[in-house]
Amino acid sequence: MSLALDRATSAAAPATSPATLQPFRTAAGGLIDRSQPLPFTFDGHAYTGVAGDTLASALLANGVRLVGRSFKYHRPRGILSAGSEEPNALVELRTGARREPNTRATVAELYEGLETASQNRWPSLRYDALSINALAAPVFAAGFYYKTFMWPASFWEKLYEPLIRRAAGLGRAAEAPDPDHYDRMHAHCDVLVIGGGPAGLAAALAAGRAGARVILVDEEATPGGRLLAERRTIGALAGTTWAGDAIGELRAMPDVRILSRTTLFGVYDHGQYGAIERVSDHVAVPEEHAPRQRYWRIAAKRAILAAGAIERPHVFGGNDRPGVMLAGAVRAYINKYGVLPGREFAVFTTSDDGWRTVADAVAAGARVVAVIDSRFEVRAGLTQAAVAAGARIMLGAQVIDTAGRPELAAITVMSDAGRTETIRCDCLAMANGWNPIVHLDSHLSRKPVWDARISAFVPGGLPGGMTAVGAAKGQFLLSDCLDGGARAGAAAAADCGFAAVSPPPYTTDPESDAHEPLWRARAGRGKAFVDFQNDVAATDIELAHREGFRAVEHLKRYTTLGMATDQGKTSNMAGLGIMAELTGQPLPQVGTTVFRPPFTPVAIGALAGHHRGQDFRATRHTPSHGWAEANGAVFVTSGQWLRAAYFPQTGETDWLETVRREVSTVRSAVGICDVSTFGKIDIQGRDAIKLIDKVCANAFASLPVGKARYAIVLREDGFVMDDGTVTRLGDTHFVMTASTANAARVMQHLEYAHQWLYPHLDVQMTSVSEQWAQFAIAGPHARDTLRRIIDPAVDISNEAFPFLAAAAITVGGGIAARLFRISFSGELAYELAVPAGYGDAAWRAILNAGASYGITPYGTEALSVMRIEKGHVATAEINGQTTARDLGLGGMMAKKKDFIGRLMKERPALIEPERPIVVGVRPVDPNDRIRAGSHFIGVDVTPGPEADEGYLTSVAFSPVLGQWIGIGLLKNGAQRHGERVRAYDPVRNGDVVVEICAPCFVDPKEEKLRV
Amino acid sequence: MRIDCPCCGLRDNGEFTYLGDASPARPDGMDASPAAMLDYVYRRDNPAGPHRELWYHGAGCRSWLVVTRDTRTHDIAEVAFARDAARARDAEKAVP
Repeated sequence: MSLALDRATSAAAPATSPATLQPFRTAAGGLIDRSQPLPFTFDGHAYTGVAGDTLASALLANGVRLVGRSFKYHRPRGILSAGSEEPNALVELRTGARREPNTRATVAELYEGLETASQNRWPSLRYDALSINALAAPVFAAGFYYKTFMWPASFWEKLYEPLIRRAAGLGRAAEAPDPDHYDRMHAHCDVLVIGGGPAGLAAALAAGRAGARVILVDEEATPGGRLLAERRTIGALAGTTWAGDAIGELRAMPDVRILSRTTLFGVYDHGQYGAIERVSDHVAVPEEHAPRQRYWRIAAKRAILAAGAIERPHVFGGNDRPGVMLAGAVRAYINKYGVLPGREFAVFTTSDDGWRTVADAVAAGARVVAVIDSRFEVRAGLTQAAVAAGARIMLGAQVIDTAGRPELAAITVMSDAGRTETIRCDCLAMANGWNPIVHLDSHLSRKPVWDARISAFVPGGLPGGMTAVGAAKGQFLLSDCLDGGARAGAAAAADCGFAAVSPPPYTTDPESDAHEPLWRARAGRGKAFVDFQNDVAATDIELAHREGFRAVEHLKRYTTLGMATDQGKTSNMAGLGIMAELTGQPLPQVGTTVFRPPFTPVAIGALAGHHRGQDFRATRHTPSHGWAEANGAVFVTSGQWLRAAYFPQTGETDWLETVRREVSTVRSAVGICDVSTFGKIDIQGRDAIKLIDKVCANAFASLPVGKARYAIVLREDGFVMDDGTVTRLGDTHFVMTASTANAARVMQHLEYAHQWLYPHLDVQMTSVSEQWAQFAIAGPHARDTLRRIIDPAVDISNEAFPFLAAAAITVGGGIAARLFRISFSGELAYELAVPAGYGDAAWRAILNAGASYGITPYGTEALSVMRIEKGHVATAEINGQTTARDLGLGGMMAKKKDFIGRLMKERPALIEPERPIVVGVRPVDPNDRIRAGSHFIGVDVTPGPEADEGYLTSVAFSPVLGQWIGIGLLKNGAQRHGERVRAYDPVRNGDVVVEICAPCFVDPKEEKLRV
Repeated sequence: MRIDCPCCGLRDNGEFTYLGDASPARPDGMDASPAAMLDYVYRRDNPAGPHRELWYHGAGCRSWLVVTRDTRTHDIAEVAFARDAARARDAEKAVP
């Protein structure tokens, strides 16, 4: 909805519009559309607001001022502010899967049919049973968590915690999965303008006119900031008109992007920013394909912080009563939303701008009964509107108490002389100066600095490339905001190489920003709240002071001041001010806490974006995936890969049956398995062998051309990183494989060794994992099958192509391929690599070629069974905690060369005999089943941590042996073959006596391998 | 953070993997002592200030980089190819 439209329609609103049903809606004015009524509900009651309302303004228009109960004391609370700083008016929005707790009613845009509910009350908002907590307030004073619920300790879990959780819960989260989706965008710009108030608009205009790429981020539906909430003039234009024109001009610029409904929540290093755009929060259901919210990551060369300021409440007795509001918010409801938050207003101010409230309220048809200013003297002319309105003007006085059940009905004012009197009013506007929003510039740990002129902290050392302007810098006059914004916008554009001209100074209606803060009014009878959201009162700060928690970080944690979801936006300064008074220090010496991202709460779902569920990470398919899917394979995820786990055939009822058949077929005939997921690294160059010798722990210098060799890669700390093979295809050409899980890591490790450790080696490498499809063809008929697809000239007889031979060959009539005679299954086996584009065709061709031998495709389950039968270690054993010695591979370690991990693997603790080493196990009773993860303990030993002797890493049902077998890591295992221990698994009721054996169950002499 | 890769330009740190301090040099060769290797593998200073450290541009050009970063502010003073830095290091070592 455009601003221009809002103005036009609101001006033309008929007097008989449905808005008249809303008792506190003004007849005219505001940036709302009275001709568009929006029905909504709050706690089951039906109300009507209008287009342009927030939930807060619509509730106020309907006279609803009690909207929630406070966190600790369940005190009745209303609406304090008109923006994202709101501490009180937290509500539940929507129902069902879109239910959303703890949302600030002041930023929730109203839409037709919005269902809302108050929180933290039972049985009802008006009669809350737990408000009895307020009577027990002394118990809940600062630090009560540390003082109560402590003894006896056994009460904690059963009594205290459930009790506290029930009492302290705010809203309820949705219980169904979020039906909406969330998006992420990356954007780059020259100048990022944070905040679309007068300073931000002026900055964006200056930078945009210079030709810079500008992104303007603004929280509200329409930028304009305080211009929309105040009645101001710029030059000859109304402030709202000027803002509308500025937005129009910016929208017409091709390189300017306006992100409205967007909160810049975090500032990160090197000019990076995080923002959340509420794309569809203002509608019931997102438009088709539209996300609910969009997370923006913005990289900007320059940023202009024009985030504005937050008004400070007064601290006095009963200052949390519904009807007590920030003066700036009162003006916003009147001027922007056409809502009177009361009928009879009083103003309690310490600043000149508070007095603006008088004229605005009177203009909207309300009565102003009193203006209380704690200053003894104010500028001549400031009181003019109040005098004209017949309001009482009480200088040097303070509000000290309030009354009403529960909404405000009267205030108690104490004069300087100490006389008190009660004044009837239903809305009290508080003006106590403004705090620049220093949150964003302190995200990078920059401390804000004290500005005595405005009695507030202002941005200190800003992060590189960031400038603060306007109220965010402590410049509260509109003319300063506009001029400072324009100058900063022009300067930022110039920094990015654009010639910019600052416009002549802006002129505005008369203004003043004199201010004298009052950190706390004189004591009244009621509780004076500092932090509304966490129920921290002035007395809690006194208590913290008495008990010695005076340092700002202690004060914060002891009282929980500023630790609620609003991060103390309206409370921190008052807390610091009171502590300064108590300790007699100047306020800046008390210090301030550092704000961290996010500025306002951000939904985790928005940060995750599309990375959830199936799309949490990319899915990679193997070359045979299409065939496997069509033929009913069951898949397993392995990192990003989807691999076929097994291929059930008609009539097979469980996976064990299928896997048994696949293994038996491979062992008796032939099978094919897609092993393309292994990492493949092509290494070339004069010094390639030298690099391989440094990275691998076993010797490679002697590897002849045309041979493959098992390779072990250690980390420098002596533990095994990965295993694979290295094949010498030519004198200076090698291909190295790595396990599926470690492929990327091994590549990184090789690059590290080359670029950092051995930079003089003449070698180049690249990953060819995606370029080659690779299939294992295993079983007694592997050679027969293979012969049918390779080109006739290739001789793969046992003599010409023995175990561990490797060669570049051709298949299918001249297609380049690589053939390796390597075996993971222990059978006569080959791995055939073809260019990935031929993968699917080669897979089908091999299945055809092997059909007459009864070939079976087999998956990762059968692969795993066969490697366990052979005692080959895999990821379960190479788990980052095992050395080559632990894995039974110690003998392969080269003695005469230096390699990564050589010295550290010899550390005393890594070579002591007691260290668990790989063994095979099989249940003594062949009918027993064992499970991976079971711990080894002695047969007659009482189970316990001290009895632990290692654990089972991998198990399988062996079709060859007809029973369960396993491999594991057992203390001093190499010397214990034949011994019996228990595989103890109390979690799954497993307690099986097993016999230790060598970790090889099938063909230990490797006869099948070499035929 | 963003790192100005000498090969690829200014890139988001999500493209990079951090390794750590670039100052320890590997005690190479069969004569290296276990004590020196232990220091090399485990002992690191933790300076508050400029820190030369190794980063890997895995989602880019696969270059290892030596990044000089201020640990207090994340300001990056210099980014160089690790191979160039390593060659300079080895050349220095070779000088008697």
